[in-house]
Amino acid sequence: MTYVIVGSGPAGVVAAETICKLDPNSQVVMVGDEPDPPYSRMAIPYLLINNIDEQGTYLRKDPEHFDNAIKHMHGVAESVDVEAKTLHLADGQKIDYEALLASTGSKPILPPVPGIDGERVTTCWTLEDARKITATLKPGASVVLIGAGFIGCIILEALVSSGANLTVIEMGDRMVPRMLNETSGELLKKWCQEKGVNVMTSAQVESIEHHSDKAVVNISGDRHVDAELVISAAGVRANADFLEGTGVEMKNGAVAVDRHMCSSVPGIYAAGDAACGLDFSTGDFSVQAVQPTAVEHGRIAAANMVRHGSVLHQGCINMNVLDTIGLISVSYGQWQGVEGGDHTSLLDRDRFRYINLQFDEDMLIGANTLGITQHIGILRGLIQGQFNLGKWKQRLMDNPMLLMEAYLAATQGA
Amino acid sequence: MRLALFPCLPADLRILYNRVFQSSKPECLFVIISFDTHANLCHNTLHSISKFDLINDQGLVHQIGDKQMLRSLNINPDKCTGCLQCEMACSFENEGVFNPAKSRIKIFTFHEEGRFVPYTCTQCDEAWCLHACPVEAIKMNRETGAMEVLDSVCVGCKVCTIACPFGTVNYNQTTGKVIKCDLCGGDPQCAAACPTEAITYVDADATGLEKMRAWAAKTDNQAHVN
Amino acid sequence: MSWTRKIMRVNLTEGSISEEPLNMEWADQYIGQRGLATRYFVEETDPKCDPLGPDNKLIFATGPLTGTMASTGGRYSVITKGPLTGAIACSNSGGFIGAELKSAGWDMVICEGRSPSPVMLHIVDDKVELLPADDLWGKSVWDTDKLIHQKLNDPQIRIAAIGRSAEAGCLYAAVINDLHRAAGRSGVGTVMASKNLKAMAVRGTLGVGNVKDPKRFMQVTAEQKQVLAENAVTGQGLPAMGTQVLMNVINEIGALPTNNMREVQFKDANKISAEAMAEPRESDGKPNLTTNAACFGCTIACGRISTIDKGHFTVENKPEYWGNSGGLEYEAAWALGADTGVGDLDALTYANFVCNEDGFDPISFGATVAAAMELFEEGVVTAEQTDGMELRFGSAEALAWCAEKVASGEGFGADLGLGSKRLCEKYGRPELSMTVKGQEFPAYDPRGVQGMGLTYATSNRGACHLRSYTVASEVLGIPEKTDPLSVDGKAGLVKAFQDATAAVDSTGLCVFTTFAWSLDNIAPQVDAACEGGWTAEKLLEAGERIWNLERDYIQRAGLTGADDNLPKRLLKDAAKTGPAEGKVAGLDVMLPEYYQIRGWTSDGQLTDETRSKFGLPA
Ligand SMILES: Cc1cc2nc3c(=O)[nH]c(=O)nc-3n(C[C@H](O)[C@H](O)[C@H](O)COP(=O)(O)OP(=O)(O)OC[C@H]3O[C@@H](n4cnc5c(N)ncnc54)[C@H](O)[C@@H]3O)c2cc1C
Ligand code: SF4
Ligand code: SF4
Ligand code: SF4
Repeated sequence: MTYVIVGSGPAGVVAAETICKLDPNSQVVMVGDEPDPPYSRMAIPYLLINNIDEQGTYLRKDPEHFDNAIKHMHGVAESVDVEAKTLHLADGQKIDYEALLASTGSKPILPPVPGIDGERVTTCWTLEDARKITATLKPGASVVLIGAGFIGCIILEALVSSGANLTVIEMGDRMVPRMLNETSGELLKKWCQEKGVNVMTSAQVESIEHHSDKAVVNISGDRHVDAELVISAAGVRANADFLEGTGVEMKNGAVAVDRHMCSSVPGIYAAGDAACGLDFSTGDFSVQAVQPTAVEHGRIAAANMVRHGSVLHQGCINMNVLDTIGLISVSYGQWQGVEGGDHTSLLDRDRFRYINLQFDEDMLIGANTLGITQHIGILRGLIQGQFNLGKWKQRLMDNPMLLMEAYLAATQGA
Repeated sequence: MRLALFPCLPADLRILYNRVFQSSKPECLFVIISFDTHANLCHNTLHSISKFDLINDQGLVHQIGDKQMLRSLNINPDKCTGCLQCEMACSFENEGVFNPAKSRIKIFTFHEEGRFVPYTCTQCDEAWCLHACPVEAIKMNRETGAMEVLDSVCVGCKVCTIACPFGTVNYNQTTGKVIKCDLCGGDPQCAAACPTEAITYVDADATGLEKMRAWAAKTDNQAHVN
Repeated sequence: MSWTRKIMRVNLTEGSISEEPLNMEWADQYIGQRGLATRYFVEETDPKCDPLGPDNKLIFATGPLTGTMASTGGRYSVITKGPLTGAIACSNSGGFIGAELKSAGWDMVICEGRSPSPVMLHIVDDKVELLPADDLWGKSVWDTDKLIHQKLNDPQIRIAAIGRSAEAGCLYAAVINDLHRAAGRSGVGTVMASKNLKAMAVRGTLGVGNVKDPKRFMQVTAEQKQVLAENAVTGQGLPAMGTQVLMNVINEIGALPTNNMREVQFKDANKISAEAMAEPRESDGKPNLTTNAACFGCTIACGRISTIDKGHFTVENKPEYWGNSGGLEYEAAWALGADTGVGDLDALTYANFVCNEDGFDPISFGATVAAAMELFEEGVVTAEQTDGMELRFGSAEALAWCAEKVASGEGFGADLGLGSKRLCEKYGRPELSMTVKGQEFPAYDPRGVQGMGLTYATSNRGACHLRSYTVASEVLGIPEKTDPLSVDGKAGLVKAFQDATAAVDSTGLCVFTTFAWSLDNIAPQVDAACEGGWTAEKLLEAGERIWNLERDYIQRAGLTGADDNLPKRLLKDAAKTGPAEGKVAGLDVMLPEYYQIRGWTSDGQLTDETRSKFGLPA
């Protein structure tokens, strides 16, 4: 059987590996449009601060990993002929498939403002981008970061530690609005400001003027900031253009999939940032665009590509961990809470510590934390285990830090 | 024999237990396993029966029969006195200092209940932490079965710390890397230091069986646990 | 090395905190904890200072082995001038906060002055701050613990605090750490309250890493743990029964002081013993004892974790007391039980919980209640003072009532908070107080265990069993059996125990290890951890030095040989029953011999010769 994987990010690589395990006699072709060996975008921030070299970002360290069972080839997928079950590459090559996986990830969207296509503007998404940024970053350089979302915040540290003069511009009213609630988003802003970062929230970039020695970023409220480098991190969109014309249904800008990670067209599956998959918490389908989800998708898609219907996706839990100049924030599941559910929180502004738990009846369904790292994964255990907490719910309401205790009580009757 | 594991609730584990241990000729089993019921717990138990593949609800695939006999930490909270000798032994072995704050094993105290519960990584067969790592910094040690963090590869992204649903990978802010139990390379110091045998290092099969029995018993009285 | 070489000085008056290096010369002479802190204390405070005034200091001190893997290496001591005795107060506690403090990088915390308003000390490694604690003032230790844990948002933080009794001026208030471990005696909690210091919250993440020879240390500590495990007392008796293993034993040898020491045997001893604690109750089929528990690093685990019968009158409608907490140790069971004649295990456990909850010493408390009961029976204290409560020997209601009163300091609780000596003086019957230097006796009647008479009389912090536990030798035969009814050789025995104990108390280890260990077992552990060539001899010498230093200080504070005395009852009224029948405490024989062995003058004064021999400050 021939499997074709389009996109060699984490979702694609894990899918390819899983297929090889399940169906050792198969042929797996993995097509990727980036020149580098499969790497992890997540590792880019650590490359920027020089903690690792480019090799350190590679998903698989063994240079021969993709030489055997998996055939990794360079190419840009352009279209799919569903009838013929053929993938067309931009260079004219055609590859037949029996099952195809769209693990093409997502790409940054540039905000539609004049001057955004100028030379001093870059995204921070690929190794190529990283090279460009490292070349410009130096102590004293003025840098403007558009967007204080997840990606923006995660590269903040690298920008700050390079000694650059950083200004962050966020449209929303707080930092990481899609991951942190008001309290923690505000606290994170305060943290960044104390670290010398100029953070503007509820601010909009109106235009970018390009001069020979610098760019000037014009911001709502008649504010102007000079910049040697402008990094745009203002949201992403799935890469699914090559599926146009196949009849594959889209949802939230990504490929709509069922619980077998299969699209509306039999034989075409999707995984990772490119897929709109099942969310464990809400039961709805959404694009989570995080690494662990990509990996889980990849595995489940692979199992179903080998034997359709063999694994039913239970939904991925939306989870994020973010280190912003040393302050670690975490979010899980339905941190916004649900109607009729209880919630509890504990805030220590002076020490930048915060925890917020959301319950539905006596089950934990979501959480937000700031400055807490020990045993943090237990939040996942509690949420995804769907434990009825009984009397421990009240204990958690009184002291939300007793998470481990609550978990042990629920699982071991301690 | 081929075995597939699908999602279910802890209570269904009883069925598994009965099916596996009470049927004279276990053949093809479709066993259901919930998110939390420790995939490895079933692995360890079923391991002794025959070679099979396992697919769980995470789409994890594993050839159990290939795995050699391994040993694992067996923890018996009833015996624990909360002395923290294990925490010190662990931090000393791994960090060179007596420092419970940096121990991979942790004792949780239930003051009102008068109970101490030692807790550390269970070395899942298909480890969440390992799969979540974006740079292959967590690998299984073939000899001990332990999931080990390769310090030189770990970038400190902390994704494993939120992915492990048991909360047993922790970020060490001082080093910028994560830390987790590595079974001390096959000579667990916590077990050696424990004065009460609350922690012992035993054949994995034995712990699997014992845990399975404990779970089976527990599903009976789950209702009054809380 | 094992010392962190760092001490913290907290000036409460100014609200300032500073750091200074540890005086290593003193460390070599005084080891750590009790000895070393006393050396600092003697250097820095006026012996005549008012214990509750700003000139007194309060030191929290760890030992070099605190926070290490040596078994029981989790101890700390609180050193100050005690309000009960006017002598040096030095109370040792286990639990976890001592090791936490060490792990945060501190050998010692010296608190001086007096804060203008309630504060708490918050220590996270080298980040130290004084936080306002007005909201905690007036709260029990248990509530304070809960509130701090919430406020600081950290379940791992370790807390030592004072309760309402200390704030109300109870003179035997304790510093309670980890909810039910106490630096219990001599009113160290009262001093803490006088400084407006409500609590100390500590989180240590640095660890103890500078062990001199880690490999040898791991090896010798492992060997010595084995010795503890194989010993009948530390390996079986204490873990299974706790110190309560003694209740029936001491009763049988006729040394269980009963009804304010009028008798030496208690008819209900078996109802409040270790055996009774393990017996399932009728009401719920559960025993009083849930499990044993360890302090930091302890491989003995003698601690008791207990519950009270939910239906018992003391807690009937108070679910907050239904959970487990620190249960009865022998001394507490004796003071709350035998000495008051109360044979109701649940009532004793309740009183013990309240002692922990509001931070006061159950020994002094129980003995004071016993004195109050005698005053009541003599008609000196009447129902008028006690809101109608009949303070009769054997009354569990009276005991529970007294505990609640002392906790809050209200009404007659204020009188009880004075301690037995001041209470009996107040009511004109000083001879009914069973105290030495103002501190109440513990649980061994000197008429039945003669060595303890001398122990109490000469203890530097007032009557105390932990200064030289000759019971080990006289009753349990450790290291060798001596006759409890004889005074022969007891002066030497007491001195040897006093010196050795002073050394052990200065290392960070628990004195209970000495049921199995001698200094020969301890020295190699100290030596593997610390520079200085530590041998048993060197430890013993340090112990003797410490003893003399303490003695010197209390003499300067105004105590004399005349204070090395016992109440008349023990010297004149012979034991009425048991093996000691007809015996009185033979202090008159032992004391002169003791002075002589100590090299002191015949009226118990230190000589300049002794001072220079041990290099004591002139
Ligand atoms: C700087 C940065 C930091 C991040 N940090 C975190 C983090 O801390 N935690 C976290 O969970 N997530 C993080 N993410 C997000 C995470 O990296 C993504 O969710 C993850 O990479 C998604 O994996 P994927 O395999 O679906 O897609 P991708 O990793 O994007 O891989 C898709 C691949 O397909 C290729 N491709 C696209 N179109 C075509 C085509 N037509 N033909 C051929 N190939 C094509 C792409 O070039 C790419 O190589 C971060 C992302 C960035 C950029
Ligand atoms: S750290 Fe967690 S996920 Fe990883 S092996 Fe241990 S228990 Fe499993
Ligand atoms: S096996 Fe080793 S690393 Fe794991 S918890 Fe025990 S001492 Fe720590
Ligand atoms: S060493 Fe053993 S008894 Fe002590 S805390 Fe650890 S598990 Fe419990």
